[in-house]
Amino acid sequence: MSDRRETDVVVIGGGPAGLSAAAAAAEAGAKVVLVDRNRQLGGILNQCIHDGFGLQAFGEVLTGPEFAARVAARALEAGIEVHTDTMVTDLTSSRELVCTTSGERYPLRAEAVVLAMGCRERTRGMLRIPGTRPAGVYTAGAAQWLTNMADVRVGRRVFILGSGDVGLIMARRLVWEGAEVAGVAELLPYPSGLPRNVSQCLEEYDIPLYLAHSVTCIHGRDRVEAVTVTRFDERRLPIAGTEFEVACDTLLLSVGLIPENELSRNADVVLDPMTGGAVVNERYMTSVDGIFSCGNVLHIHDLADRAAEEGDRAGRCAARYALGPSTSRREELRIDAGEGIRYVVPQRAERSAEELLVSLRISEPADRCTAVVTAGDRVIAEESLRHGHPSTMVQMRLRSRGGIDADRLEVRMR
Amino acid sequence: MTTRRMACILCPSGCELDVRTSGEPTADSVVVEGNLCPRGEEYALEELLNPRRTLTTTVLVRGGVGTQTSVKTAAPVPRESLAAVRAALLGTTIDAPVAIGDRVAEDVAGTGVDVVATRAIPRRSDPVDVRLRNR
Repeated sequence: MSDRRETDVVVIGGGPAGLSAAAAAAEAGAKVVLVDRNRQLGGILNQCIHDGFGLQAFGEVLTGPEFAARVAARALEAGIEVHTDTMVTDLTSSRELVCTTSGERYPLRAEAVVLAMGCRERTRGMLRIPGTRPAGVYTAGAAQWLTNMADVRVGRRVFILGSGDVGLIMARRLVWEGAEVAGVAELLPYPSGLPRNVSQCLEEYDIPLYLAHSVTCIHGRDRVEAVTVTRFDERRLPIAGTEFEVACDTLLLSVGLIPENELSRNADVVLDPMTGGAVVNERYMTSVDGIFSCGNVLHIHDLADRAAEEGDRAGRCAARYALGPSTSRREELRIDAGEGIRYVVPQRAERSAEELLVSLRISEPADRCTAVVTAGDRVIAEESLRHGHPSTMVQMRLRSRGGIDADRLEVRMR
Repeated sequence: MTTRRMACILCPSGCELDVRTSGEPTADSVVVEGNLCPRGEEYALEELLNPRRTLTTTVLVRGGVGTQTSVKTAAPVPRESLAAVRAALLGTTIDAPVAIGDRVAEDVAGTGVDVVATRAIPRRSDPVDVRLRNR
């Protein structure tokens, strides 16, 4: 083991959020070390070869790998130090880290740590789908990696469970690769992916989308041979007699993403059960002083642009914390998700905050609806949504000169 | 008068457009609502008259770190030519190193559009960028 290294800011994870955080912290004058478990920077963007990235961040349409290259170049130009092929295997609340790489383990200590570990996919085991255990069941992201990074054909006739964005993107990708996509089943009565992906990936290729349906059995001994699809009622219980069988050799699962917060738990960071990510204040600082969080590890984003922007903000705050005089935590108010709102980030804010960016998701699809932020009886901000949808993150900017005069803000649908 | 709901796919905002047409669609006769920016109107009209898409896929790479790189059509191509573009790229193999923007195919499937690489692939024999290993 080498001697313990000290630095201003350590960023864990080299995807769009982590790279942007590292770049912003270095540009603000901090010494930054970024640690990533992969060989190539960019995180999951490298396997997202479709386009549609970058319009918000760069004003042009880019593919995932191109977007990744842009944010990586910015971070490297800002002079960050990068440890690739390296996993952070421990993190404490006093910001001491253990890094593990091939044949070596070494400690690091930082004035500020930015959590940017991203998320992982829900798996078959977590869904408890009955049936046999044949080959041919993949998460959508695993299939994406095999198809786009490893030149492996995952199957000839594919059924997809779940209408998350990765599954929708993979439906079109597999059609382009010559496979047949037999259909997509979604347990909810509305798609969980973005409307644009339902349109350009399913409707355009006449792929049936079975809303309020799920896979209730997987058939096949060595390889998947078929799945049973069943209609579900509004209490999400299967309706007897509605089962039908779909012949396929492959089942993809696109049934949700989970922020990867094992390290955060090690460091006693308080998590929000609704987002699966840390509880943060408006500076993206968690319940542990000096530990910040951004991107998909904080809450699942639908756009990499937004994850990168959040990383940028968190990185700047982390640098300010690391370089500034040590101050104790100031008085914080709560920001709660009220009626019709699934979650809000940040969940806390310093009373003295003059500007707040609130990210939220609504609970149910609704046309022409309005989200409001209230302090007691006062409405302090509102945002009208033409086609409000849980798949689309909503952001509201709050400004209040001299800080916020309330113990609690609530975001709700009006 | 017919109304069609379409999702604008030009950017991640994904505006849901309500597009009203009567008779043959033209710039004057088409009414678009729900777009956050003027591109939504252009998109709706082009979508009715001449839909185009950017195709993204992969090609094989010889001598590189990893076996393939990702590519895209440098501009959107007519939707009906997507299959021909994909077919034209099957079996394409290029040599490392690959830089983003390198031309992989010219005037693919007679569309007048080139295909370019979207991910850099270093040569397997090249040393790793020192900035990535300096600890």
